[in-house]
Amino acid sequence: MTAELGHIALIMAFMMALLQAGFPLAGAQQGVPVWMAIAKPAARAQFLFLLTAFVCLEISFIQNDFSVTYVATNSNSSLPTYYRIAAVWGAHEGSMLLWATILGLWTFAVTLFSRSLSDEMLARVLGVMGLVSIGIQLFILTTSNPFERIVPAPPEGNDLNPLLQDFGMTIHPPMLYMGYVGLSVAFSFAIAALLGGSLDSAWARWSRPWTLVAWIFLTFGIVVGSWWAYYELGWGGWWFWDPVENASFMPWLVATALIHSLAVTEKRGAFKTWTVLLAIFAFSLSLLGTFLVRSGVLTSVHAFASDPARGLFILIFLAVVVGGSLTLYALRAPTVKDSAHYTLFSKENLLLVNNILLVVAAASVLLGTLYPLLLDALGLGKISVGPPYFTAVFAPVMAPIFLLAGMAPMVPWRQGDIKALVKRVAYVFEASLVLGIVLVVTLLDRSDFVTMAGLSMALWLVGSAGLSLYSRVKLRANFWDGLRAQSPSVYGMTLAHLGAAVFLVGVVISNHYSQEKTVKLAPGESVELGPYAFRFQGVKDVVGPNYRAKEGSFQVLKGDSVIAELAPQKRNYKVQRNTMTEAAISPGLLRDLYVAMGEPLDKGAWSVRVYYKPFMRWVWLGGLFMMAGGALAVSDRRYRLMGRRAEASEGAGVVAAS
Amino acid sequence: MRMRFVIPLGVFVIMVVFLGIGLKLDPREVPSPFIGKPAPAFSLPQVASPERTFGDANLKGQVSLFNVWASWCVSCRQEHPFLMQLSKAKVIPIYGLNYKDERDAALGWLEQFGNPYLTSAFDADGRVGINWGVYGVPETFVVDKKGVIRYKQTGPITEQVWTETLFPLIQKLQAEEVGA
Repeated sequence: MTAELGHIALIMAFMMALLQAGFPLAGAQQGVPVWMAIAKPAARAQFLFLLTAFVCLEISFIQNDFSVTYVATNSNSSLPTYYRIAAVWGAHEGSMLLWATILGLWTFAVTLFSRSLSDEMLARVLGVMGLVSIGIQLFILTTSNPFERIVPAPPEGNDLNPLLQDFGMTIHPPMLYMGYVGLSVAFSFAIAALLGGSLDSAWARWSRPWTLVAWIFLTFGIVVGSWWAYYELGWGGWWFWDPVENASFMPWLVATALIHSLAVTEKRGAFKTWTVLLAIFAFSLSLLGTFLVRSGVLTSVHAFASDPARGLFILIFLAVVVGGSLTLYALRAPTVKDSAHYTLFSKENLLLVNNILLVVAAASVLLGTLYPLLLDALGLGKISVGPPYFTAVFAPVMAPIFLLAGMAPMVPWRQGDIKALVKRVAYVFEASLVLGIVLVVTLLDRSDFVTMAGLSMALWLVGSAGLSLYSRVKLRANFWDGLRAQSPSVYGMTLAHLGAAVFLVGVVISNHYSQEKTVKLAPGESVELGPYAFRFQGVKDVVGPNYRAKEGSFQVLKGDSVIAELAPQKRNYKVQRNTMTEAAISPGLLRDLYVAMGEPLDKGAWSVRVYYKPFMRWVWLGGLFMMAGGALAVSDRRYRLMGRRAEASEGAGVVAAS
Repeated sequence: MRMRFVIPLGVFVIMVVFLGIGLKLDPREVPSPFIGKPAPAFSLPQVASPERTFGDANLKGQVSLFNVWASWCVSCRQEHPFLMQLSKAKVIPIYGLNYKDERDAALGWLEQFGNPYLTSAFDADGRVGINWGVYGVPETFVVDKKGVIRYKQTGPITEQVWTETLFPLIQKLQAEEVGA
């Protein structure tokens, strides 16, 4: 019964989406207030039905209803309840339902926080979101119905893929989808503005907080995914340039560009068409990511069942949504006029350069991701593009972005003085360069230029962010008053840029100074790695809810003192007969120690892999800093008071004196 | 002049064309190294009677299907009714490789849903499966009269796979002379 109820709720949601798209869009075009007024209630009803459908699927999982095919393929009665809840998005059908439900949630949020929008704008925004909903729900109902029954019902389910039986599974997909789908709000605002011909700074001001919140979720989703891959896959890596990882990274890069570009459009009324294009790109790349994951056109470790019919549907959907938006863009954008005037060296142009670099970075990831497909399609053979390509292409693009991120906050809008700027930042620049080199030479390896460059760059980011904040603060007579006078968005920006520095330190040092060894260890033997010794003490049997495991016991010694006890496992899952490696990690701010068990060898010995990974945590810490920065910026009072008041004066107010 | 606003659309259209072509290609379709090679040698106890064995020698002399299955595999359950139909029609002998299963569970499964196999070999630890290059269940191999693997179907056999691929191939193979 529950499954049927869920199915009906999904169909009802689809009906509501039709209402939400049809009448309001037509009403806004023809100026019929009653039609436009349908948008809000239809959107709320749609969300209610989606939530019902989602809860029904959850109940089917919790109650082990194996007569539902999707439950039977992805769950098992011995699977712990919290994984049964997460198993809902463990495979294709359920994750699409999650996608649709989250879109419903964002739509619902728009109906709640839309008081400052004109009726016409609101009708268009909700209408466009309704159109996206229609597509995704039609996709679920026709090709990927999670509520389908199986006759006869199997007595037991096939269990959730053991790789997914982890804490990461409970938060990574929902957070990532919140980010992906959240970009649909900025997209809908952009399309609504293009439809209504009202690409003004009010439009940018509305879009900014929504884009920021989506970006925060996306950042979090990616950080959690990377952390999860690091400890779950047992390879010690944190980013693999896998197509599906790239699929989440491309929208992130473009969304980052969009955040900066929206700031320019809001404050200065410049780059309007560019900002609209970015908003379209960001959501299009989210959809493209969905297509790449679901259609099976690329091989990936995220092996979702692929089905050509589904792939074709999403491709058509992608063509309609993106093709339609870009056509609208091609028609409407030429009539938009930028009102702002600025000289060559100005904050506007520096941000434009930052934008272009970020988009180039996203484009190079896209190229690397699609290149194997391109060659295959042209009959030139099967290849795979790996990390060497991405690191080679990525570093030269990212380096200037970091340089700019330090400089741009200190350059005023309209017109900057390049000589004055150079004079101000020269000390910081030289100091960070010298300090970076000195640190590497004295503490690490004197011929390691990559780490020197990376550390200097990170120090430059920190130093310039500090200098920029200091020059804003010192405009006030009293230091504390100065600190208090800064808006949260200034602190947000500073924190996010510091996050980039922290991330950079983590990447450079962990990439260049990690050590690993694969050895055969008998109980009582130990292996040395850097200043640490890992002593293997033997293996015992452990029984989990749905697996049996061999648990190794390791002591990590530094000198004579034991600094960590590690217990990695080799698990054997009963239902899917998979063997999983659970690495054991001793995390630390300055280093991670990591043990993973390989295969059992003769006489109680095991093959064991040990890693020493300095500054590993900084990679994710940087991401968390960026998120916190985003959250601070969203908390800015200006967004809560989003009236229609003019803010022309404020734009000039936050500029540092030159 | 206005052309620059059309560029994104143009680039996108090209991309969609390639993605469309990509849909028709299967990146996982790496030709199995086993195709065209003699079936890997093995000798395993039978599921129904452990004292008797079943091995690669039993696959020679006729065109046969060698289907990898397990009682714990949900997709096998999906595939099963079609195999039953095939076995009733007696188009081709079907042998089974019971992969990483428990004997009682396997026998119970056959009893409950019916047994389409002439014989099933019992591969409890999956070693024979590994030799055959099995990486998912169900998989089905088409073995010709000389005991050479001619085709591998990954995933369940459906009506479509049967009529479009397997049946034409089997007819061709059955017409082949052993001496040729």
